[in-house]
Amino acid sequence: MTIRFHYFANPTRALRVAKTLLPFSLAAMSVLLGWGLWLALYASPPDYQQGEAVRIMYVHVPAAWMALFVYIIVAAGSVSFLIWRHPLGELIAEAAAPIGACFTALALITGSLWGQPMWGTWWVWDARLTSVLILFFLYLGYMGLRNAFDDPAKGSRAASILAIIGTINLPIIKFSVDWWNTLHQPASVLRLGGPTIHPDMLWPLLIMAVGFKFYFLSVGIIRLRNHVALRRLQALSLLSSDSSSLAAVRLSSVAPFFAMGGYAFYVWPAYGVTFCVLAILFARSAIAMRRNEAAVQRLPSPQSVS
Amino acid sequence: MMVFFALLHRELRLAGRQKFDVTLPLAVAVLILLLFPLSLGPEPDLLRRLAPAALWIAALLGALLGLDRLFHSDFDDGSLDQLILSGLPLPLLVLGKSLGHWLLTSLPMTAVTLLMGIFLNLPGTAFLPLALAMILGGASLTLLGTTIMALTLGARRGGALTGLLLLPLTLPIAIFGAGTVTAALSDLPTRPPLLVLGGIFLGCLAICPFLAAIALREALD
Amino acid sequence: MGLNAESLGCRRGNRVLFTELSFSLGAGDLLVLRGTNGSGKTSLLRLLTGLSRPAAGRILWNGITITQDLETYFRQLHYLGHLDGLKSAFTARENLHYSAHLRGTIADASALNHFNVASLENMPIRLLSAGQRRRIALARLLASPAPLWLLDEPSAALDHDGVALLHQTLTDHCRNGGIAVIASHDSIAHPLAKVLEINSLRSAAS
Repeated sequence: MTIRFHYFANPTRALRVAKTLLPFSLAAMSVLLGWGLWLALYASPPDYQQGEAVRIMYVHVPAAWMALFVYIIVAAGSVSFLIWRHPLGELIAEAAAPIGACFTALALITGSLWGQPMWGTWWVWDARLTSVLILFFLYLGYMGLRNAFDDPAKGSRAASILAIIGTINLPIIKFSVDWWNTLHQPASVLRLGGPTIHPDMLWPLLIMAVGFKFYFLSVGIIRLRNHVALRRLQALSLLSSDSSSLAAVRLSSVAPFFAMGGYAFYVWPAYGVTFCVLAILFARSAIAMRRNEAAVQRLPSPQSVS
Repeated sequence: MMVFFALLHRELRLAGRQKFDVTLPLAVAVLILLLFPLSLGPEPDLLRRLAPAALWIAALLGALLGLDRLFHSDFDDGSLDQLILSGLPLPLLVLGKSLGHWLLTSLPMTAVTLLMGIFLNLPGTAFLPLALAMILGGASLTLLGTTIMALTLGARRGGALTGLLLLPLTLPIAIFGAGTVTAALSDLPTRPPLLVLGGIFLGCLAICPFLAAIALREALD
Repeated sequence: MGLNAESLGCRRGNRVLFTELSFSLGAGDLLVLRGTNGSGKTSLLRLLTGLSRPAAGRILWNGITITQDLETYFRQLHYLGHLDGLKSAFTARENLHYSAHLRGTIADASALNHFNVASLENMPIRLLSAGQRRRIALARLLASPAPLWLLDEPSAALDHDGVALLHQTLTDHCRNGGIAVIASHDSIAHPLAKVLEINSLRSAAS
């Protein structure tokens, strides 16, 4: 069977690179997140204005950066898929989207937890928060649309178009909410992270940010391998077409051994949620990948689907 | 082009045979608008302050309701295949359908909301900006809605998904549209938000027909 | 004038329907697609219309790949699918009128006569039976000229007379130099027909 179906194109070279990259990525992720956590929770100084609550910034800001970064990846993958018919672009977009959605949700949740002690409110309709909220719905819409079709190929094409629409719309949304805010809130004193960042705070921030990037790379590779394995299995009609699902977001319980200057109620849940969500996402992706790659290994004869 | 007008003629005549499908969105919009003063109380100042938002929410929801007629009935009886096979360029087909929807749903919606503006105690100066904003915003909504409907054509549970996909995209229109009326109420210049609405409309006009055409082709594949 | 299919491959969802399917048709040819339910007859027809894209291979009309100018190709063909493609709110005459107008031509008023449904021309489609609708859908083939006809189970819901009329129409079409591809699972033989059996993955033109 020498059918050349682009949808089933096996990006073997990319996969081989990914497989060799994974252990290094995991190692980098662990080292950076570990170091970042130590700096963030212990070694870095509290803020003179915000006290210990500023530590939430070290998960909140990187999460927000990742939310945007992953969306760019999803959009780029979708563009390369639609214009150049590059199957790898589509696979990357599919693998990345749930990770982006998780980071967006985390940015919103940790932002809320940071906002309450700082601004006295769980939510504020400023341009950045509103755009991130819309970004979250864009992710949900993207994943929902992809899964709404019986034919997975149709789903991926429709979702790719949607990703591109969202990309055009995101700056417009940011601009319009900005305009709306300037119209309604002439005096805005809300700033995230303070006016300038002292290097003692910059380092943990950057390390956590890079650590998150390696998390994304690691989980992205795992999900990519999972999706490639799934498609091979689907091609042989061994599975139904419904594969990916949202990782559930659960709040963790707090084990307060460090009062965090009275902000424990906010800081610990922020970190707890972040690492719970990221760990659950990681675990689910890894388990699914193991299972599906094992199933592919057990296939009777190696048909060359290329 | 003669073919474009033939398409428009077809859409209008079809709507004329199925009047209920066309008047339903309007009725829903009016009902929702009536709910606002009924639930908030008749105090004129409060109604006036909430009028821009209420009018736009009602118009948005009403327009959403009218969208499912756009492609689905043609898809279900096989005439969408025939429409595409008639050799009409797809972006033109999308424009024709959008124009039909705008004439049948959006324009009457504008008229209804202007009428409801009276019930919500809008001052006279606000009506012209409101009308312009509704016309421009409504046209953009129609174009965006057409694109999303084309995207969700082959999907299961398309209806709920359409709302989820469409509403984030319509946020800028709602913001600037309501902002126009708010500006008019506060004696601020209404030209900036109207210009933005015009820009959004032109952007939608340039992009949406082509994106919807791609989506239609995928849906029928 | 000719329709050529080269090494067509098709999949639906995750199933491969057929591969390396090729055939060549010239003026006056009538090709009947035979196969069990789900074997890919409808999919092949939709590939030939240009509405679907093949997973492999290509289709040529008069030596040119159809994807180079789909809109012109569309106007060279008539397609009748499982669904009639008629608006139930319109009358027969209105359906044919718009159908022709959107192709840039004017409807031939005598088309309905050929299928003996001229008396129904001003009735809304929703009041008609399935067989009557099918006849009206077939009348669309004659309402505006096109050299290539792609018909999916055209005799579905037709009575004996209807089938005879269909056969006559097909004969006339081919005699005038037209090409027709028909998917049919009934065993009514047509004298001019070449038959293509579609089984999964293999094909043998006979």
